[in-house]
Amino acid sequence: MVMMTGTVIVRLKEGVLDPQGQTIRRALEHMGFQGIENIRAGKTFEIHLDAPNVEAAKTRLTEMSQKLLANPVIETFHVEVKS
Amino acid sequence: MRIGVVTFPGSNCDYDAYAAFRHVLGCPVEFLWHADSDLHSVDCVILPGGFSFGDYLRAGAIARFSPVMKSVVKFAADGGLVWGICNGFQVLTEAGLLPGVLRRNSTLRFACQQVRLRVDNVRTPFTRGCHPGQILKMPIAHGEGNYYADPEVIAGLERSGQIVFRYVNAQGEPDLRSNPNGSCHNIAGIINKEGNVLGMMPHPERAVESILGSADGLALFNSLIGAGVPAVGTDTTVASPLIERRARV
Repeated sequence: MVMMTGTVIVRLKEGVLDPQGQTIRRALEHMGFQGIENIRAGKTFEIHLDAPNVEAAKTRLTEMSQKLLANPVIETFHVEVKS
Repeated sequence: MRIGVVTFPGSNCDYDAYAAFRHVLGCPVEFLWHADSDLHSVDCVILPGGFSFGDYLRAGAIARFSPVMKSVVKFAADGGLVWGICNGFQVLTEAGLLPGVLRRNSTLRFACQQVRLRVDNVRTPFTRGCHPGQILKMPIAHGEGNYYADPEVIAGLERSGQIVFRYVNAQGEPDLRSNPNGSCHNIAGIINKEGNVLGMMPHPERAVESILGSADGLALFNSLIGAGVPAVGTDTTVASPLIERRARV
């Protein structure tokens, strides 16, 4: 078993409105940041876990994401693992 | 009919629901603990409002994995009545007992106000005492009540009459201004296809006595327990000092 670091990024599906992202964008524009086309807010989870290899860690993180970390009605997720 | 009110860590409307049943309606009611999978043979389970598990991750996302929820899912599959209010509605969608999801209010603000609901389906155990189109006044108090589902799911809910409550204006019309949180089609409450699991964001248990600003919530409680009028001279056995104080008020 090796200690791995997994990162799960949960994003809103395309087409699902993101009022939080829109508000952050407006705030940045008020601060003078120009040229922002769009902002989508999401969540990141950094997960340290023991696993025999990267593939096994990815499989477990994917299962965690499907069952709990993301809500498939409105969200998608992306899993990365570093050993 | 015997009622069970589930208490999760962070529930804060469990006592309100308990008091409505016990002290206003005189209906047998008890608390069910989140870590206990025994539903004590109740006839209806209430998932109350609040912030179960601090709303961590997503509202209701952690509570749905509580031992009690395994039993509630089975209870619902066997036809048992389940009523999720506010956070309870969020738990029901996370548990997959109701379709869709309750997202952050489109205003990004916590909404705490009196609303008007139109009853669009009176063929449910929770609304059978209402008349079609009846308007009920009761409060909402939530940051994440913005009902969302895929357009096909919403169309299906519309077709099958599963949308039980909608936010409406004084004329009973579901317009943009009367929608407090951005919900699709002004949806305030839905029921499952089988008609035994209801989820709603507004708080009928906080609208059971005129001193609370509205007693319209009684229409739903009376539908459920099959009573015509609120009972008087209710059981005064006291479960906790909190209940005793409320009962005296």
